[in-house]
Amino acid sequence: MAALKIEKGASSHSAYDLRDPNAQTIESHTLAVLVDNEAGVLARVIGLFSGRGFNIDSLTVAEVDHLGHRSRITIVTRGTPAVIEQIKAQLGRIIPVHEVHDLTVEGPSVERELGLFKVSGKGDKRVEALRIAEIFRANVVDSTLESFVFEMTGTPEKLDAFAELMRPLGLSDLARTGVAALARGA
Amino acid sequence: MSRTMTGARMVIEALRDQGVDTVFGYPGGAVLPIYDEIFQQNDIKHILVRHEQGAVHMAEGYARSTGKPGVVLVTSGPGATNAVTGLTDALLDSIPLVVLSGQVPTFLIGTDGFQEADTVGITRPCTKHNWLVKETDDLSATIHKAFHVATSGRPGPVLVDIPKDVQFATGEYVGPKQIDTPSYQPAKKGDLEAITRLVELMEKAERPILYTGGGVINSGPAAAQLLRELADATGFPLTSTLMGLGAYPASGKNWIGMLGMHGLYEANMAMHDCDLMIAVGARFDDRITGRVKDFSPGSVKVQIDIDSSSINKVIHVDLPIVGDVGHVLEDMLKIWKARGRKTNAEGVRKWWTQIEQWKAVKCLTYRNSDKVIKPQHALERLQALTAHRKDRYITTEVGQHQMWAAQFLHFEDPNRWMTSGGLGTMGYGLPASIGVQVAHPEALVVNVAGEASWLMNMQEMGTAVQFRAPVKQFILNNERLGMVRQWQQLLHGERYSQSWSESLPDFVKLAEAFGCKGRLVSDPAELDDAIQEMLDYDGPFILDVMVEKHENCFPMIPSGKPHNEMILGEASTEDAITGVGGALV
Ligand SMILES: Cc1ncc(C[n+]2csc(CCOP(=O)(O)OP(=O)(O)O)c2C)c(N)n1
Ligand SMILES: [Mg+2]
Repeated sequence: MAALKIEKGASSHSAYDLRDPNAQTIESHTLAVLVDNEAGVLARVIGLFSGRGFNIDSLTVAEVDHLGHRSRITIVTRGTPAVIEQIKAQLGRIIPVHEVHDLTVEGPSVERELGLFKVSGKGDKRVEALRIAEIFRANVVDSTLESFVFEMTGTPEKLDAFAELMRPLGLSDLARTGVAALARGA
Repeated sequence: MSRTMTGARMVIEALRDQGVDTVFGYPGGAVLPIYDEIFQQNDIKHILVRHEQGAVHMAEGYARSTGKPGVVLVTSGPGATNAVTGLTDALLDSIPLVVLSGQVPTFLIGTDGFQEADTVGITRPCTKHNWLVKETDDLSATIHKAFHVATSGRPGPVLVDIPKDVQFATGEYVGPKQIDTPSYQPAKKGDLEAITRLVELMEKAERPILYTGGGVINSGPAAAQLLRELADATGFPLTSTLMGLGAYPASGKNWIGMLGMHGLYEANMAMHDCDLMIAVGARFDDRITGRVKDFSPGSVKVQIDIDSSSINKVIHVDLPIVGDVGHVLEDMLKIWKARGRKTNAEGVRKWWTQIEQWKAVKCLTYRNSDKVIKPQHALERLQALTAHRKDRYITTEVGQHQMWAAQFLHFEDPNRWMTSGGLGTMGYGLPASIGVQVAHPEALVVNVAGEASWLMNMQEMGTAVQFRAPVKQFILNNERLGMVRQWQQLLHGERYSQSWSESLPDFVKLAEAFGCKGRLVSDPAELDDAIQEMLDYDGPFILDVMVEKHENCFPMIPSGKPHNEMILGEASTEDAITGVGGALV
């Protein structure tokens, strides 16, 4: 329509403005969410992320207070600062959620992850794998004549580095727990 | 005193203890024990609907016109899935509802039992919270919690799924006072420091505006009263979203009309040019903001909202105040008065001069006709013939007629205007009007409808007749999916794909078939008489108003455009337009 001066193909043909007005740099944040350990609570948290198009990079959940039936969910997520704020506000709105902490901004924190790495191989490669595992302080938790399973705890970056080194040496399987995190200090 | 009873009895007991007088529902296998209990009591009235979607919209109408939560009872499987649209509608418009659904017995859950659906799974994203009750001992506490969650903080719909064996088994009943919900206690009071900063901004602002929304109405009548006091004492202009109409009276001197995509020119221009925007229970919906990048570029923005996730979701605000609108307005007024009731009177006076110039554009101007009824004219006549009724409640369907109703009907009080704002659900208005009428049996309840929307839940006419709800169905019949047709004309090269209402029923005969009365009117000269007949008739009435088929709803901000790029329609060609408006067409 001439009166509207809208060019063909412009996104204003849609009912919505399709461009993200607040596009900014993407940040990674680690969130600790304390929830009632009731049926469906994890589905509510996950559903929030999938339903609103937020990312989850890592997720760990376990009951941390058996008497009070409280679970701690640790989520590593990515987004612009505005998106991260929105994620936290939305999490806070879920009825069984008691607390939401952004460990990335609330001061220093420790983050750890556990990984199991299966490395299959013979001869020199096998010796080299064992040598690197020692440098990384990984433990051997299973071994056959042709394979090791190493267990290692550390930051996600350390696990990444270890996996990279093991790859040419016969890394054949890998399981990681996702990040558990706590604020430092009292 | 502990009381042992069946789960089904507990449901009735809990509803009674929550002060529920009406339940909208539909029976089925998985809720038969509850229906058996309904049969054996007289405190709670059950309205038998014709489709579960209708039940939920009726409960919404009941809730929005009373401020009390609406209650719905449906069976498992298809009963629950039919409720999903209504739940989503209530979630987006923040309407407190408690929906009770039957479920297959616990031992059948997960076996694809007859009429089994994963109701808590399906309704998780469209409720504020939901529960599956697996033990009869937990049932009464869960229902009380459900009422607490539905009505506190930002209100919303909740659902309690009750397996049939839980209804049959016996357990301990607990009353509402015996339960605690420590994890959900939303803060009501706003931060006093932030409120003081807001007052400082109010004292200096040259071009302030109060942008109010449904949150004012949800907060309760006291909030609307405080809003009136604030606007009148400061002299600040006030606009409202579709959801907030009636919180401030349309006859009030500070009222500058509804804003948004089909809002008034003066309201949108004032939003664009203001230097202080105070959002009160309004959430910057995309129908309000237009192009976000150009939204009110020069203003300091303050937002008062009970839901912290509404803040900074779409628009960055400079001063957020999380709290209940009523409480915050009270503190705001108190502080403002204590500091000497100051405003920048000279600035505000100039601001009003500017606003008067925008008003002079007369953006709602349309070309009337004596050959065909213009929809705007029909609504002006409805307004004129019903304005004296203080107890007038209006519901709407969704489309052009809805926007015209918002533009041409005037609301003096909160809780008198029920429309599907967030979800835009065609089929909302007829059942909602019945829900309103059930809550206010003596009141005048009119559903302003489009013929297409009205057909979506027309089976509920049977409910209206059965329960003697004298709802007035005011159908603006343009034989078109008018709003779709308008977009196709303006934005899709006049290719009218599937936007005709073909093979429409004869609405007068339809009224007769349902056992009520109908009339068709197409001559403008007979319009008043037809409206009067509808109003005078003692029972449900369908008035089929044949209107101009190709009328467009203006003003309009095309989506993705900023507020100051409105299209004005007829007003642009009228003499009323001055230099200011001319440049904008
Ligand atoms: C359930 C549903 N389906 C589709 C739409 C999209 N839609 C919005 S308005 C409209 C046309 C409504 O026609 P009618 O009720 O006759 O009202 P009019 O615009 O003609 O006044 C449609 C199809 C909707 N809002 N809701
Ligand atoms: Mg129509």
